[in-house]
Amino acid sequence: MSVFLEMMSYPFMVRAFIVGILVSLCASLLGSSLVLKRYSMIGDGLSHVGFAALAIAYPFGFSPLYISIPACIAAAFFLLQMKDSAKIKGDAATALLCSGALAVGVMVISLTTGMNTDVCNYMFGSILAMSRSDLYLSVILSVVVLVLFIVFYERIFAVTFDETFAAATGTDSRRYNVIIAILTAVTVVLGMRMMGTLLISSLIVFPSLTAMRVTRRFRTTIVLSAVLATGCFLAGLCFSYLRSVPTGACIVVVDILVFGIFRGVEKLRERRG
Amino acid sequence: MGLLTCENAAFAYEGRTVLRNISFEVEKGDYLAIVGENGAGKSTLVKGLLGLKAPVSGRLTYGCGLKPDEIGYLPQQTEIQRDFPASVREVVLSGCLNRLGKRPFYTRALRELADHRMKLLEIADLRDRCYRDLSGGQQQRVLLARALCATRKLLILDEPVTGLDPVIARGLYGVIREIHKKQEITVVMVSHDVHGAVREADRILHIAGDIRFFGSAEDYTEDPVGAAFLKGACS
Repeated sequence: MSVFLEMMSYPFMVRAFIVGILVSLCASLLGSSLVLKRYSMIGDGLSHVGFAALAIAYPFGFSPLYISIPACIAAAFFLLQMKDSAKIKGDAATALLCSGALAVGVMVISLTTGMNTDVCNYMFGSILAMSRSDLYLSVILSVVVLVLFIVFYERIFAVTFDETFAAATGTDSRRYNVIIAILTAVTVVLGMRMMGTLLISSLIVFPSLTAMRVTRRFRTTIVLSAVLATGCFLAGLCFSYLRSVPTGACIVVVDILVFGIFRGVEKLRERRG
Repeated sequence: MGLLTCENAAFAYEGRTVLRNISFEVEKGDYLAIVGENGAGKSTLVKGLLGLKAPVSGRLTYGCGLKPDEIGYLPQQTEIQRDFPASVREVVLSGCLNRLGKRPFYTRALRELADHRMKLLEIADLRDRCYRDLSGGQQQRVLLARALCATRKLLILDEPVTGLDPVIARGLYGVIREIHKKQEITVVMVSHDVHGAVREADRILHIAGDIRFFGSAEDYTEDPVGAAFLKGACS
């Protein structure tokens, strides 16, 4: 507890704490839908696009968030549409986008500012990255994502469980796919600063996969993954503060441990029948 | 004008035309079975009837004021994800989505509708079970309950009894018959089970790239196409 109070005496830690919890919640809620829709890799694809966008924004002195959010929304839109056209499948498109965007980002950086600590922070995440104006924007955007998710919860469930049925019975499933895409893109960009380009997709994938080991209902899955995401984030943040290890890596390691425990519980249950 | 009218429609799948010259009408209150061999284009036709696939030529129109949100649909089992954590009640309730309008959450009336449909299909005691843990027959009942929540005029069933044992299949046919008669819902069923189709449906549409037979079930058994197909299905 005293460690926690000490952490909270630093303004940058308070900022990381607030944004981290909100982004973890957004990512875990959307994650359940994305994992079940077979879009687990979308977080990776989008964060690399975000990286390229901010590599371009950086030398011009633009605020990275304003550039990377529209770029990621465009990319998410593109990726979630892929299912319709059979020429290039969604997973292949994600892979193309991932390496393509990373290459562009690295090239731009090398030609302009060169590799420096800022770039490193974007790759692996840093709790120091959050400025005061970033804080306000991040809080507003993540609250919007959370509210929209709750408002569209029933539709998101229907489109996730059986998109064809939803479309066949008069629901505009394309519209809800676009909404999921936009919410995901915003969440990825917000979480990227803290988790880093390379680790942000764990925020989307781990909590829901862990929750699915033991749950039998969609609503419980959502709630449990939100709780797990918050818990793992807090534990990771504390460890990162105590040992000065990048935050993203700490959170992912906690995620892995918790996943292992839940997998064990699942196995035990299966054995008992 | 019929509930569903197909005029000279052709459907293509990945650039290849699989169905051509499709003209038929489904009247209000009909029970139509669509039969044909594997690869005859049955599933493509269903996608067309549901408005998920536009005809490449010809026309498909909804009549009698039929709107897409008044259609119930039972998809083929294989299209549902096997690892999805969802309770029976959540799945059935999702069928009510097209009655939600602009509201974000299900009302009490819609939840009661879902409960009623579960009772009708005798799955009320499974409501808190996980969908993926159920047997094939139980899953099919859940999906049919969901389709019944969605339908107000038309019910489209894609292979409702495939993979089910004969006793369960017979039970499912009974439920569909009852819905058709009591709730006056028009039924269009695609089936492998041609004997079941002839026994249950009023009208038969036999397709194999184009229409080979369209008429009443009695006439189908007399027709050379029907007689041959029924005989083939026996052996």
